[in-house]
Amino acid sequence: MEIFLQQLVNGLVVGSVYALVALGYTMVYGILGLINFAHGDLVMVGAMVALQTMLFLMGAAPGMSPLTMLTLSLAVAIPVCMMLGYTMERLAYRRLRNAPRLAPLITAIGMSFLLQTIAMILWGRNYHTFPQLVSTAPLQPVAGVFVTPIQVTIVVGSALIMAALIVLVTKTRLGRAMRATAENHRVAALMGVDTNLIIALTFVIGAALAAVAGVMYASNYGIAHYGMGFMPGLKAFTAAVLGGIGNLGGAMLGGIVLGLVESFGAGYIEHMTFGLLNSSYQDIFAFIILGLVLIFRPTGLLGERVSDRA
Amino acid sequence: MKKTLLALALVGFGCSALAQTSVKIGHAGPLTGPISHIGKDGENGARLAIDDANAKGITIGGRKVQFELVGEDDQADPRVATTVAQRLADTGVKGVVGHVTSGASIPASRIYEQAGIPMVTPSSTNPKLTQQGYEVTFRVIANDLQQGAAMARHAAQSLQIGKVAIIDDRTAYGQGLADAFADSLKQHGVQVVGREFTTDKATDFTAILTKIKGRQPDAVFFGGMDAQAAPMLRQMRQLGIGGRFLGGDGVCTSEMIKLAGEAMSAETYCTQAGIPMAKMPGGAQFNERFKERFKTDVQLYAPYSYDATMALIEAMKTASSAEPEKYLPALRKLDMQGITGTIAFDRNGDIRDGGVTMYRFSDGKWEALN
Repeated sequence: MEIFLQQLVNGLVVGSVYALVALGYTMVYGILGLINFAHGDLVMVGAMVALQTMLFLMGAAPGMSPLTMLTLSLAVAIPVCMMLGYTMERLAYRRLRNAPRLAPLITAIGMSFLLQTIAMILWGRNYHTFPQLVSTAPLQPVAGVFVTPIQVTIVVGSALIMAALIVLVTKTRLGRAMRATAENHRVAALMGVDTNLIIALTFVIGAALAAVAGVMYASNYGIAHYGMGFMPGLKAFTAAVLGGIGNLGGAMLGGIVLGLVESFGAGYIEHMTFGLLNSSYQDIFAFIILGLVLIFRPTGLLGERVSDRA
Repeated sequence: MKKTLLALALVGFGCSALAQTSVKIGHAGPLTGPISHIGKDGENGARLAIDDANAKGITIGGRKVQFELVGEDDQADPRVATTVAQRLADTGVKGVVGHVTSGASIPASRIYEQAGIPMVTPSSTNPKLTQQGYEVTFRVIANDLQQGAAMARHAAQSLQIGKVAIIDDRTAYGQGLADAFADSLKQHGVQVVGREFTTDKATDFTAILTKIKGRQPDAVFFGGMDAQAAPMLRQMRQLGIGGRFLGGDGVCTSEMIKLAGEAMSAETYCTQAGIPMAKMPGGAQFNERFKERFKTDVQLYAPYSYDATMALIEAMKTASSAEPEKYLPALRKLDMQGITGTIAFDRNGDIRDGGVTMYRFSDGKWEALN
């Protein structure tokens, strides 16, 4: 039982990060029908910029409290990623908005390589130690389950951010404009919505989420690297598809479900297959689930709203 | 027609025998890229050996021989390695010291086999290299099987470990090392209570570690590199898994110490193929001469590189010929005292009794045991 609960916690932590990153994929897809493959690398840029800021602050103001330092580094990393998100949209994707769908897709893959290569030049090929400003020492175990403060921060933080995003999209004028643009950007433009601005803002908001996810991810594992965005990016993309790409609630659900499936998959696949499969099939297991969901619900778990897009 | 060919061949042979005052020996390793310092170190080791041989004035088959080192950069890249190997073969080298990394050595070995040129690697530890049934592959350093066996012996006898969980990263290196470790554990009666797998790109190991936790092992062994081992060790401690953490030479790095931070403890052990320079029969003297000649410290495998070069030269001397097909049997039967110990090969071309050193984390660094 305690193993089961521990796997549940593991899955929730990993899933929360996936969900946060998946939101960025799904928002852009919902509004443009574009899969922004460079989104995963924004996660990396967020972590790297935060790392650089922390190192600078440690040198400049040695006595600073961890919380202030974390806030300040987020305050640098988030705007940097937002600007990067804006720049990508403005320079690369906007020009291709009316091009065949393959062109922006290939451009997005190119963007991903570009960001990784620039990061490799700037920060080198080595793995960096990421300062763990939120403690990673386990708290007093409850029912034999070990949880660390950073894990609590990740789960609670992601939940709050996701709630705020839902409010933004469903309750504000900006949100209404975003939904209108997603539905039909020509009509939205005729109704007086500045669709260029709205699309740029969607990229910017997604990039901010990626920056936060990057800092959370790196803080949890204590490690940062120019290629670190690739795997979570891929997984988050899977989560977005699983939940129903283009759908905010779907991305969150998909992220959490994927995290749990991975965790329980690795933990129990051997029992479930009577020793036939082992944990090297952990990822395959996640993709089998994805396949099954897509066979029976081609638009994902919550995807009916955007069925005309998928 | 046949006769003409034979005659031509004889003439050709006669010419090369007369002209042979210079013998080329190749060295291949990464001279650019992230581990270029290791490649240069190896090349320097070989260069020192060549210098020594030339200073001594070696006669092979009654004539004085001048050795010449041909250094090539394989970038530790399998594809570049085959190109470089072909180039060395075309240059007419009589033997090759290298390659440095297993990933480069294995594809390159096929080229040397076809060209019939012996290769002696100073540092590639993947067992596969010498298991391909090739005649020309040799290594002067312990392979991963020997490393895994040494760790298993240490775990069973010195650490008195009863239950072990094993994780590997599914790479040729990680899997080979973990399998070798698991096989030797059986002979020592240690129980393997969990066998889990991850990838060389993963950062989250909580799911497999939680599963392992349920089996309550005394130690966790990881076959893989430091970039995975460090977060794995941290997550182990975060999940409240006590006990020892064991790894191979991929974990035995300063990078591991940096990345794992406070999770490092005296419970962390690793093995390194080879022995520390201080423990080598000719280590101290070699170190001094190396520093004087190259104005830099020995990084890692230079002494092994030196011995690999000397092994080739010694075999040529014994066989009284620098022609690969002539001296290959002598290389196989070689028994020579090198800087690093006795150089003698087994049936596969692996070194007999290759040294493996156990390290334990202590005072902020890896400290050699035994």
